[in-house]
Amino acid sequence: MKPDVQTIWGWLDEVPDPEIPVISVVDLGIIRDVTWDGETLEVAITPTYSGCPATSIINLDVETALRDRGLTDIRLKTQLSPPWTTDWLSAKGAAKLEDYGIAPPSPAGGPAQCPRCKSADVQKVSQFGSTPCKAHWRCLSCLEPFDYFKCI
Amino acid sequence: MTQDALFQTLLRLGDNTLVLGHRVSEWCGKAPVLEEDIALANTALDMIGQTQMWLGYAAEVEDKGRSADDLAFLRDVWDFRNILMVERPNLDFGHTMMRQFLFDAYHRALLTGLSNSSDPRIAEIAAKAVKEATYHFERSAETVISLGDGTEVSHTKMQDALNLLWPYVGEMFESDAVDAQMVGAGIIPDPAGLREGWESTVRATLAEATLSIPEDNFAHKGGRTGVRHTEHLGHMLTQMQWLQRAYPGSNW
Repeated sequence: MKPDVQTIWGWLDEVPDPEIPVISVVDLGIIRDVTWDGETLEVAITPTYSGCPATSIINLDVETALRDRGLTDIRLKTQLSPPWTTDWLSAKGAAKLEDYGIAPPSPAGGPAQCPRCKSADVQKVSQFGSTPCKAHWRCLSCLEPFDYFKCI
Repeated sequence: MTQDALFQTLLRLGDNTLVLGHRVSEWCGKAPVLEEDIALANTALDMIGQTQMWLGYAAEVEDKGRSADDLAFLRDVWDFRNILMVERPNLDFGHTMMRQFLFDAYHRALLTGLSNSSDPRIAEIAAKAVKEATYHFERSAETVISLGDGTEVSHTKMQDALNLLWPYVGEMFESDAVDAQMVGAGIIPDPAGLREGWESTVRATLAEATLSIPEDNFAHKGGRTGVRHTEHLGHMLTQMQWLQRAYPGSNW
């Protein structure tokens, strides 16, 4: 019997992002669609950044997770349009990022507060950070550097 | 519209990001400070990612069984269609950032136009890439202002870089029969039409950076038609392509 797509969305919500394992690929907003095409399960995935090296690992992890659940007829589709935006990051994902020490994206263009001490006295160090999706900031209260999830 | 014109257009797009992406990646591990090293490597990565999309589509349009990798690693200098500016050697950090700024301002305008392309595949790649180009532009413009309006030494280096690079900007806005076909089919915006917006953006930033734009508008051309590349591209390809040339088809 084919599992329904809601069940599959639940399974995918257990697949961690390879770079930021506290959030799932569903939290990240990159799973765009899950549909049955006859006996084939089609999963549409959108890349975060064009050159993100994690993209191929994410595809592999998604496929492995579905195979572990007994699905064999799987088709992964790359979907570019509409382009990924940090608006698709789930509220649950944003909260987990902050707990993990990464300031979640903020439409104001910079982090609202230091993820550690919650001070609003923060300063940009560099527009780029340890992965394509992050920038490098520091807190002027607790003096700790931290990653900020870039807002695009 | 011929398929060849579309293929040439996709090579022009993909070769710009491939060659500049490779040039910028040459800084990896030796930029002035760690933060700049990381920023340059990330910028290069975005451009290489965009290259995969452009050259991937180019390979499909050509339909001769070649892949994006084949196009990147197995073509010779005369088959490249990038503008001359992006193949110039990096020189110093200031020159690298000035080149990035002049290119980012153009790239953002071009990709914005392409996101309304009548070719849906081009439109979706451009809509994705323009977000990254906009982010790159914010950083390169900020850096040009900081260095231009910085110390006497940094100001002089940025002015020298601008003087060296200015003769290469004209090629971004030139067009030929291939462009005319593409513009006619609504696939690309008219290159000449991008100049006014580009210049007003660039003039505003350079004024803030206290830098003067050279008066001479002479333009080096020949990259995007493949007629005449600079000697630098061949040297770059010996580095970029050596692995696939020495060990054809090798894989991770």
